[in-house]
Amino acid sequence: MIDDFLLRALLGGLGVALVAGPFGSFIVWRRLAYFGDTLSHSALLGVALGFLFHLNLTLGIMLICQLLAILLFFGQRQKQLASDTLLGIFSHGALSLGLVVLAFMEDVRVDLLAYLFGDILSIGATDLGWIFCGGGLALAGLLRIWKPLLAITIHEDLARVEGVPVDRINWAFLGLVALTVAVMMKVVGLLLVTSLLIIPAATARRFAGNPEIMAILASLIGCFAVAGGLYGSFTWDTPAGPSIVVAACGLFLFSFILPQRLASGVSGQ
Amino acid sequence: MSDNDSLLELTDIDLSIGQRLLLQQVSLKIGRGEILTIIGPNGAGKTTLLRVALGLLPPTSGRVRRQQNIRIGYMPQRLQIDPTFPLTVKRFLTLTGKKQRSEILPLLEEVGAAQVLESPLQNISGGELQRVLLARALLREPDLLVLDEPTQGVDVHGQVELYQLITRIREQRNCAVLMVSHDLHLVMAATDRVLCLNRHICCSGSPEVVSNDPAYLELFGPLAVQHLAIYSHDRSHRHDNCAEHGECR
Repeated sequence: MIDDFLLRALLGGLGVALVAGPFGSFIVWRRLAYFGDTLSHSALLGVALGFLFHLNLTLGIMLICQLLAILLFFGQRQKQLASDTLLGIFSHGALSLGLVVLAFMEDVRVDLLAYLFGDILSIGATDLGWIFCGGGLALAGLLRIWKPLLAITIHEDLARVEGVPVDRINWAFLGLVALTVAVMMKVVGLLLVTSLLIIPAATARRFAGNPEIMAILASLIGCFAVAGGLYGSFTWDTPAGPSIVVAACGLFLFSFILPQRLASGVSGQ
Repeated sequence: MSDNDSLLELTDIDLSIGQRLLLQQVSLKIGRGEILTIIGPNGAGKTTLLRVALGLLPPTSGRVRRQQNIRIGYMPQRLQIDPTFPLTVKRFLTLTGKKQRSEILPLLEEVGAAQVLESPLQNISGGELQRVLLARALLREPDLLVLDEPTQGVDVHGQVELYQLITRIREQRNCAVLMVSHDLHLVMAATDRVLCLNRHICCSGSPEVVSNDPAYLELFGPLAVQHLAIYSHDRSHRHDNCAEHGECR
């Protein structure tokens, strides 16, 4: 026997985990974890924007995430501030601004915890639509730029000399990450989005001999984390979003017990 | 050589970033089959000049002219790949090109790195990495090879081999080679022309001419004189020299 809301939660969670795997892999390879954090922290501002202009909240989040991605893209071209300092400013600035703006809107009652830590059990049919359409779009976009993005990840200048349109690909990637973050918000909340991106990818690393295997493994591991977290949440009545992250961490630790397949072994196929 | 023959020509390049003048009135040109080496102290703008030549960095003023449809093989100074990125040498070489795997192995054999074909890129030695990077540049069948310190992280014996390899590549493929180097004495034996850079061009010409140029001697001081002595000996003597002092392996 499985309740409807639980089924929707599972579907939404699995959808998000599938999208998070490949994106998380790139975020780990390119050391963008803090960047993902910054994008997701800005999401609360998107929620406020949604209330303010009576937009769909997910749409508001997407808009703000895209905007921040653009700001960061230009911000990182200046050389005055180190990029982690810049990200820290944007990250906490955006989060705090979101909280302040929400506080000003007296007629709006917001379940803040739901945005911070996710509210997967309240996923409705519309949310599922957003997750699968938005997530599908993000994955399709990533597939399109997969090869050039790998080349840029290896060495940006080398890719440029070999004719890869580096700026365009980077733009596209940032936009797609912003979309992914917006999609993931509902499931794990803005504080935990990065964890679902990087923990499965980090877990997959030990067993992957090439980038594609790692991305696919990360998706699968994310799915297990979602299923395990939901099960735990249902059984012990714990908050769902954090339970999923705890499950992901558990898998990460567990992976060290398993024998590592040598990288050179897997890639030989 | 007439102007039209040069694959790449830089004219009066100035480059400043902020208040700092990094390059001043630098001109160079390079033609097919020629090896041009840029030497100079740290911070002289060698890598910056390469980046301008490659079109990665727009000059503040001056003109960069590359022959149309020229294929450039670029070997960057260092490759820092995150340890979490699973990538074998084979995949690294097949990633952007349209090359078949059967074409990769002969090339790796040519540069002397066939044994690392299946190894993860992060696990190979500095010398092997330089060879793999060179192979990647060669995969494009370049008209112009641009090498940024090709012997970085390579022991002395390997350095000699690498410069011999570069000379051989030039002979076999008749491509031009533009490289930056720190190894004064080794490079002098392996290049057609030398360009001595310290933000501006101090002197340039054949190795013999540059080695005796006062500007060169001033820039590198006693080091240059010492290397000059070594340069005028033959290679086997240098090996003896090395072994005697027990400094290189």
